[in-house]
Amino acid sequence: MAVHAPAARPKAVREPEPRPRRRRTGGYWVFLLPSAVLFTVVIVVPFLMNIGISFTRWQGIGDPRWLGIDNYTRLFADERFWASFRNNLALIVAMAIVPTIVGLVLAATLFDDVGKKFGPRTASALRAAYYLPQVLPVAVAGIVWGWIMHPRFGALNAFLGLFGAEPRSWLGDPAWALPSVMLIMVWFQIGYPVVIFMAGLQRVDPALYEAAEMDGASWWRRFWHITIPQIRPEIYVVLLTCTIAALKVFGPIFVLTRGGPGGATLVPSYFSYQNFFEKANVGYGAAIATVLTLLIIMVTALFLRIQDDEDRKS
Amino acid sequence: MIRKYSVLISLAVLAAVMLVPFAIVTLNAVRSPQDYSANGPLSLPDGLHLDGIVEFWNRVDFGGKLWNSLLISGSVAVLAVILSVLNAYALGVGRVRGRVWIMVVFLVANTLPQEALVYPLYYLSKEAGLYDTRLSMIIIFTVIQSAFGTYLLASVLGRFPHEILEAAAIDGAGKWRALWRIVVPISRPTLSVLLIFFFIWTWNEFFLPLIFLISNENQTVPVALGVLQGDKMMDATMSSASALLGVLPAVVFFLIFQRTLTRGVTVGAIK
Repeated sequence: MAVHAPAARPKAVREPEPRPRRRRTGGYWVFLLPSAVLFTVVIVVPFLMNIGISFTRWQGIGDPRWLGIDNYTRLFADERFWASFRNNLALIVAMAIVPTIVGLVLAATLFDDVGKKFGPRTASALRAAYYLPQVLPVAVAGIVWGWIMHPRFGALNAFLGLFGAEPRSWLGDPAWALPSVMLIMVWFQIGYPVVIFMAGLQRVDPALYEAAEMDGASWWRRFWHITIPQIRPEIYVVLLTCTIAALKVFGPIFVLTRGGPGGATLVPSYFSYQNFFEKANVGYGAAIATVLTLLIIMVTALFLRIQDDEDRKS
Repeated sequence: MIRKYSVLISLAVLAAVMLVPFAIVTLNAVRSPQDYSANGPLSLPDGLHLDGIVEFWNRVDFGGKLWNSLLISGSVAVLAVILSVLNAYALGVGRVRGRVWIMVVFLVANTLPQEALVYPLYYLSKEAGLYDTRLSMIIIFTVIQSAFGTYLLASVLGRFPHEILEAAAIDGAGKWRALWRIVVPISRPTLSVLLIFFFIWTWNEFFLPLIFLISNENQTVPVALGVLQGDKMMDATMSSASALLGVLPAVVFFLIFQRTLTRGVTVGAIK
């Protein structure tokens, strides 16, 4: 396509025209119309309806009955609700904190060590291997591990059996279910921080590392005093996005454990799903979803705040 | 010298561990049930045995599931990019009044958990006769994805060189012409990254499709595989085949889009 070549237009033609600023400031709202309609129907109205429903008792059919804040008082007294958030904390450890720490070490080693000694191709091949689980639909990742951890025909029991270990129902045992899910989520999540951190390290001035190396700074000191401060923005982004992902986790729980055994892997998202679609406690489910929303908005605001403060300091 | 290689070896071992689940699932998907009961899940299969995959494929009409996923994800990717461009054009280039607050709405829409929308959406789609249709998923995910796309593109277009647009205006190009003839072609690299991300994100979705697509002929790949978990009809090798069929499309997309993805993953980081 022949692109208009505005730069090539002789200046003389342009000069006498008044800058057409005014013409371009009005009338753009037309472009927002499709979204205004769609966002109202798909986001704004459902969100407000959900808040409204959370103050009622409703089976999904017939008329909702107004309860005021009863669902919330019941919720805060519900042991299952608190258990679901404790399990969620465990998943934040598995999906945000562990991957960030391991990802930092891996990215720094790949960038600073492997990349320099064995070439960037080796480093990016290793990076691709770590990243591969991330491309799976998270439900499919659950299906893969559900097979591996299957009590009867799974590969994990067969493998551990080689060392004489007893077969175990990894996902069916209340003591092992949550740690097993955590392990799966670490596997799933780890590639994401590696890729983000390696991209961030491209920005860092190599002279910084060279100077530190000449001063005889150890790998650890370079990691602590150069790598981490230099890619601090990426660390915040990864922690924020992974924490939110952990708060929203649903697919792997649905596929692997359905919140069981005995609520050992129950998370708020699955808890609200149960109330909406299995128990027809729509009002209670809506209250859980509303609390989850508030929590996610608070976490986001907190991270943006910290990031903002850091930006101002530097 | 030893230290030099010990780091590399430990990283390579870790990479191998990360890939083991893929290998295990593949090995057992191409193993015959007899081979499985004789040798267990860890040995190399005694031949390439595709019956489990074929049987599973036919039983769940996997081709139909692939088509549903492709149709939904492809439509969402295209429509959400168009919607994002329209919004970002008004916000970033047009600088409409109240744009800061409009941006806040998109940002909040982007962080909202789907759990807080699901029941009203379920209810409304039933009222509108859209429940259990692929169209309902296309509409909902177009909006959800474009919340992110708008947020990202508005800041990109906010830096769009105004001289070009002013020159176009002098040439008599209206706002529509300027958008399609100038802004879209120049932003094409960013738009293609968005297109691929929207496609893959929509393909990977599970929660809403699980609730909205209940009849067999509408289900997407992750939903069809997810609801079959624990089905008593599935033996060891067929379960493995089902896992492999879930993995394969994702790996194919990864290989096709690898360059764009690794370039754009930092863009996606904001999500």
